[in-house]
Amino acid sequence: MTGLESLTVESTRTAVVEKQFRASSLVDNFYKKIEADDPAIGAYLTLCKERAHRQAERIELLADKGDALPPLAGVPVAIKDVLTTKGVRTTAGSKILDSFIAPYTATAVARLEAAGAIVLGKTNCDEFAMGSSNENSGFHPVKNPRDLTCVPGGSSGGSAAVVAAGTAVASLGSDTGGSIRQPAAFCGVVGLKPTYGRVSRYGLIAFASSLDHVGPFGKTVNDVALMLQYMAGRDEMDSTSAELPVPDYASHIGQPINGLRIGIPKEYFGEGLDPEVRAAVENGIQELAKAGCKIIDISLPHTEYAIPTYYLVATAEASSNLARYDGVRYGMRDRGAKTLAEMYRKTRDAGFGTEVKRRIMLGTYALSAGYYDAYYLKAQKVRSLLARDFEEAFANVDAIVTPTTPTPAFKLGEKADDPLAMYLADIYTVTANLVGVPGITVPCGKSREGLPIGLQVLGKHFDEVTVLKTAHVVEHALAAQLS
Amino acid sequence: MVSEKDVSYVADLAHLELTPEERARMLKDLNSILSYIERLNQLDTSNVEPTAQVASRHGTKKDGEAFGHAMRADELRPCLPRDEAMQNAPQTDGTFFKVPKVIER
Repeated sequence: MTGLESLTVESTRTAVVEKQFRASSLVDNFYKKIEADDPAIGAYLTLCKERAHRQAERIELLADKGDALPPLAGVPVAIKDVLTTKGVRTTAGSKILDSFIAPYTATAVARLEAAGAIVLGKTNCDEFAMGSSNENSGFHPVKNPRDLTCVPGGSSGGSAAVVAAGTAVASLGSDTGGSIRQPAAFCGVVGLKPTYGRVSRYGLIAFASSLDHVGPFGKTVNDVALMLQYMAGRDEMDSTSAELPVPDYASHIGQPINGLRIGIPKEYFGEGLDPEVRAAVENGIQELAKAGCKIIDISLPHTEYAIPTYYLVATAEASSNLARYDGVRYGMRDRGAKTLAEMYRKTRDAGFGTEVKRRIMLGTYALSAGYYDAYYLKAQKVRSLLARDFEEAFANVDAIVTPTTPTPAFKLGEKADDPLAMYLADIYTVTANLVGVPGITVPCGKSREGLPIGLQVLGKHFDEVTVLKTAHVVEHALAAQLS
Repeated sequence: MVSEKDVSYVADLAHLELTPEERARMLKDLNSILSYIERLNQLDTSNVEPTAQVASRHGTKKDGEAFGHAMRADELRPCLPRDEAMQNAPQTDGTFFKVPKVIER
């Protein structure tokens, strides 16, 4: 079987339904490709062949009986290893969970499987989703399939890389400060962070609960729309999941967008923006103007405060969420410790990597007596100002367009020793997490070195429809230039 | 400015031990990150309410209510069976998790 790289969610399903190939031979061919191509990239941590074959057989049985096939029938997907999969090793990219076998499956994964998708394996990521380059994986870094000397971005670097390399048709990631959109931009694929509450977080290993989102990667805007379709909606197991109806996303793709008001925030085009990224994004904006959108200059005045706010809120929540890794109920345990307190310390010292410890320390400090008001509470108040910026902007525009990242993918090792420089890689993505609005990245150009550049579309809460429609216009208009 | 004493105190709160090298690195990194975070003090937030959860601003129910569905009847429901809940534990006696001594005698 050739041409696995060019399969989309839609074309895979069509081929399975029309019996151009059988689900099980598709699975076999994907594993062959993974075994041939993935060692150079390092995107997969665990393959779940048995689970994949069982699901493929289920699809074939339905097909042989002549029953209607589910909407994602036979679509091979990969899952970021921060989402639990019952009976399959789930590590969150951390040594502390090296041998953890999840006792239940995350809602997002269960819903994709119920829709017929086939889970091929679990993808590498920064430890507990903390990082912007995948170099913080407790196992090994992931390389960017477009240029193996570059990072794929992070923290969902593995999930972005498998789609770029064609070792899965689509994938799931998580996005706490840009962890879907930034790697998607670096790897030249489409990545969507839905609205907070749109997709259940049940089974998502918690990093910062008020900022964590589950979302899809795909080759096309249509693919992420289809993936979102079958994950979205109320889940009793996540009390923050919304009860709002789920629209038919894909049916809106390709609809005209003339008259749509697109806001261009000046704060996202200032100092630090690479000129090639600027030019590519401005080119994408021109295409939106040609499609009849009204381009409006806007201001999101508190933008420069987003990163400091994020690194207080996210680390404070992380220090609390990661307290559970204590060597008692699951995960690694230091066997030599004589007392309980010593066991906690030695287990956590050995199990966590440098960046995770750094964030636990910062978050614990920000929450500690005497500093709570100055840091954590202050950050929560600035979070209100950031939310207000977006509320005011969306009174006058329907969507906001920005670069996804300030630069294309950087070299492995380039920022590894400077946490602050690494944090700034998320400067255009973190605000959407603090505010909860949906955001997508779509490829809009390439640098002179041939590295992909992403354009980000942000929308109003629960208005993924406008975000997807707008991104599709950019994708469609630039398809010829990018191929 | 964070001092070496602060690093020790916070590591203790977080149940981390940290090697001397890690402590030195942590001191440097925390100070660098906190000095960047200082810029939040340029903003007057004396009349601003904190936001802990965005849903409290936009609602997640059809009527715009936030978390109206977070409450449910307090009724017994099946949960993870004991053996499955304990399958990942480093040490158990089959009924309880086992840990090293808590109290020194």
